[in-house]
Order: sequence, then C-alpha cells, then structure tokens
Amino acid sequence: MHPAFSVIFLTTLIGAGQGLFLALYTAQVYSTVELLPVPPSHFYVQGSAIALALLIGGLVASFFHLGHPERAWRSAARWRTSWLSREVIVLPALMGAVAVYGVVHHLNLRLKDLGFATSVDGDLALVVGAAAVALAFLLFLCTGMIYACIKFLQEWASWLTVVNYTLFGLASGFLLATAYAAYQAPALVYFFGAWTVIITLAVWVTRAASLIRNRRLKYKSTIQTAIGVRHARIVQKSQGFMGGSFNTRDFFHGAAPWLFRSIKWVFLVLVFPVPLVLLFNGMVDRSVPMLSSAFVIQYLGLLAERWYFFAQANHPQNIYYQTIS
Amino acid sequence: MIQLALVIDLNVCVGCHACVTSCKEWNTSGEAGYMSDDRPYGEDPTGNFFNRVQTFEVGEFPNTETVHFPKSCLHCEDPPCVPVCPTGASYKRPEDGIVLVDYDKCIGCKYCAWACPYGVREIDEHQKVMKKCTLCVDRIYDKSLPQAERKPACVMACPTNARLFGDVHDPDSEVSVAISENGGYALMPEWGTKPANHYLPRRKTRIKIHDDELMRADNPLKKEGVRPKPDVHEPSLDDVTSW
Repeated sequence: MHPAFSVIFLTTLIGAGQGLFLALYTAQVYSTVELLPVPPSHFYVQGSAIALALLIGGLVASFFHLGHPERAWRSAARWRTSWLSREVIVLPALMGAVAVYGVVHHLNLRLKDLGFATSVDGDLALVVGAAAVALAFLLFLCTGMIYACIKFLQEWASWLTVVNYTLFGLASGFLLATAYAAYQAPALVYFFGAWTVIITLAVWVTRAASLIRNRRLKYKSTIQTAIGVRHARIVQKSQGFMGGSFNTRDFFHGAAPWLFRSIKWVFLVLVFPVPLVLLFNGMVDRSVPMLSSAFVIQYLGLLAERWYFFAQANHPQNIYYQTIS
Repeated sequence: MIQLALVIDLNVCVGCHACVTSCKEWNTSGEAGYMSDDRPYGEDPTGNFFNRVQTFEVGEFPNTETVHFPKSCLHCEDPPCVPVCPTGASYKRPEDGIVLVDYDKCIGCKYCAWACPYGVREIDEHQKVMKKCTLCVDRIYDKSLPQAERKPACVMACPTNARLFGDVHDPDSEVSVAISENGGYALMPEWGTKPANHYLPRRKTRIKIHDDELMRADNPLKKEGVRPKPDVHEPSLDDVTSW
C-alpha cells in the first residue's frame, strides 16, 4: 500500500494522546490508593491539555486524507458495519471526555457537587476518567480493526495489528508522561518510566511477532485465482494502459527496495533501543531534555514504523498491475 | 431477487479495447459528470477508467496462449467495499444487485478501494470521489432507448459478443445458461465475495474421428476400403443389399 502521511500522523498522534491520558489516569488511580505521592492538580490539567492537543492534531491530520473534508460529518453514519465510522464517533467522544477530565481537575469538582458525597479525593475525576479510559481503549480497537478487518490484506489481518496499535500508543504516551512528569511532578518519573520500559519491551515482542508472521505469509491470491486460469506459468504482458492510474499509485509504496528494507531497521532502532537508553539516562539524571528527546526520537521511529506498516501490506489488486506493456 | 451482471467470454475476447473506450465515452458523457483525465496527450497521462482490458500470457513458448482479460467491477453479491464505507455512500441496490457510489455522500477516504481485492474502484482526482462501474445504470433502464439497446455500453460495443449481460439469478437467462453450460467461474473465490460477474474459460473444440468413420466397413456403395463379405443369407446394413 502507498503510505499516506495524513493517516501516519493521525494514528501516531492520537496513539500518543491516548497513551498520555491513560498514563495520567493510571497515576491518579495509584495516588488515590496511596501508592504514589499526590501530584498537584495542574499536573493533570496541563497533561490533559497536552493529550487533547495530540488528539486534535491527529484529527486535523486525518482531514488531509479526505477528498471532501466538508462532508466528514457524514462518516458517523455507518457505525453498525464500518470500523472507520466507529473511530469517527469514538475519537471526538474521547476528546470530549479528556477535556472534561481536565476541567474537573482544574475546577476541583467533586461528586458531592452533584449530590453524591464520597470520602475519596478527586472522585468525580476518577469517574469521568474511567469513561475516558474505556473510550481510549475502544479507540485503539477501532483504529487497529480498520486495518485488521480487511482480510485480504494479509499482513494486517491479524489480532497483532490491534495489539501493536494499542501498545505503540501506550508506549509513546507513557514516555511522554515520563518527560512531562520530570518537568512537572518529579516524584512520578520512575513510575511512568518503569511502565514505559515494560510496555516498550512488550511491543518490541509483539511487533517482532508480526514481522515474523508477515515474513512467513503465504498469499492466498495468486495470478491463477486472479484471472481464473489454471497454469503454473502465467505472465502479465499488459495492464491495459501505459500511463499511471489510481491503481498503480495508491497500492504500491514506490520506494526503492533498499529504502523499504532500511526503514524497517530505522524503526526497530528508533522505537525501541534508543528511547530506552535515553529514558534510563534521563531518569537517572532527572533530565527533562533527555527524556523529551527520547519521546521525540521514538515518535520519529513510530512514523517510520507506520510507514513500514502501510508499505509492507501487499494488496491483491497489485497482481493485476505488474506489467505496463 | 435480481442480480444483474456481466459474463465475459475469454474464449472470444480478442483484446480490442472497444469495451474500454465505449465505457469511457458513455460514462464521461453521463449525467453523473465527467471522468477526469490529466495530461491525456502529455508525457505522463492518467485518468479514470471503469473498465480495463489486460493481457496475460499462459504457458511457455512455443506452447503459449494469449488471454485478453477485461476487468471491471464484479458487482459482488457480498461486496467487501460496502460495509466498510463510513458514510453509506457505497451501497448495493437491493432491486438489481448493482453496487454503486453516491457521489454526493462520498467523502473520498479511499477505504472502499482498500477493501476491494480486485482494484476496480478509482478515485476521481478532480471530483475527489470514488468512482466505479455502474453497469450503465443510466442506460439499462432508459425507456427512450429501444429494448435491444438497454445494455451496458461495453456490451453494446463488443464486436465479438464476448460480453453478455443479464440476471445471473434467473436460471433461464442467457447469462446463467452461459455460465452453467460453459464452466463460468468467479475471480478470487478465496475471499468469499461471490462476484456476480463471471468469466467463461478458454475452451478447445476437438473432434474425435474413429477409423471406421473414415473407412466405412459396411459401405453399401462398395467404393472404398475393405469390402465386407457377409453371407448371402445374412441381413446387411439396409436389409436389402447383399452380395
């Protein structure tokens, strides 16, 4: 497939936004049960604002993928059948929930303001946050299933796609939370950092699993099934036209083989070992620049990862477009 | 339920591209608007087509066969492009099974093109909507045309009659009979899309001639070959002649 940068930015930005919000909420849950020191409330407010900005950035990027962005509102219509439609509904819902979460923290609203008094600090934020957590995981599911549900794109049609989207988003978000905590709430740095290490190692395993799976794929569609002729040797002599078309542009990545192969190593280095080393040193030194650069470098690696994810998918329609003439 | 479809006879197709040009001509002049082209006479031309004729070589020289293979939307009975559309712009008509795009609802997200294994959907780079074969829906129901011309433009144009059009759910229709009697098949059956369009395979017409058909052992006119010598009392071929 031809990697579209609008979709690459959409999936990486909202992944980081979802992950950051989930990190914030995790910290709040831990501090509520007194496993972590309680950070100042502006930590959650500004953190939610950053998460919201990332989600909005992703939404804006997605509009560049559309031929008719002014009709984008229509895309909520087919949520019964289309994962894309479901994503279109869940993303704004999550943005709303994250915004409310930030506002609740900012105004220090409590459940007793709504008439249910509890003894838990930040109880309303916990309730609103729980809804947002559900939406964030639902959004990971929707984003992953958009790709995983196309069964003949065999590189994508696997549960690993959903797992990878979820874990990459979490890793990116928790790493950002680590850098942000080093700046705003140093007591939480090791908490976020440890989770970042765990999630990054987990997604290292699952992404490697999907790379291995894709290397061993046997394509179900062949030139024989594509034209329905049973013969061991069939060669296309003409695709029917000598110029380009949508079919020759949108389904081939068009990169040189060496570039295509090197992108895989670029992301394997930039997403996993480099950020982990920077994260470790940044945590030891409490260095905000080092932790921030860990996030930025991993984000660049995730862009490469997403590019490779799209480029590696081999669409069966390509069988019909092998030879110009 | 009616399911309109094309049946394409690969045994007859000569690869003349008349269906391609007539399709483009009809649909670019249609009420749904033009099909855009860029640099049609330039170095790197590109444009929208609903139908293409491709050419494949089967076998190794000298035992090769050239197969011309027209490809357009197959109007699948279970079209994977329809459920993925977020707006409902891509739909399958219940009354005749044609898969269509509502150009006024399409947001141009291209997801349906990803979800079609056959690569028959093309984005119009100027109108920014997804386009595809309509089975000439603006032609086949046109009462102002004579009945014989209420067919897709590609079918009308085919000089060798390689393209048949009709209802594949009616077992007595021309297309159903052609499919069942000539081994019609669907493309990429592995994805369960159940394409309505079918293809008829290359067929060899061979006749087996036995020796006795060349050398008639009981030739009554006795003009060739070995003459049989039946007994004078035995009945001969026509119960009349004997020798």
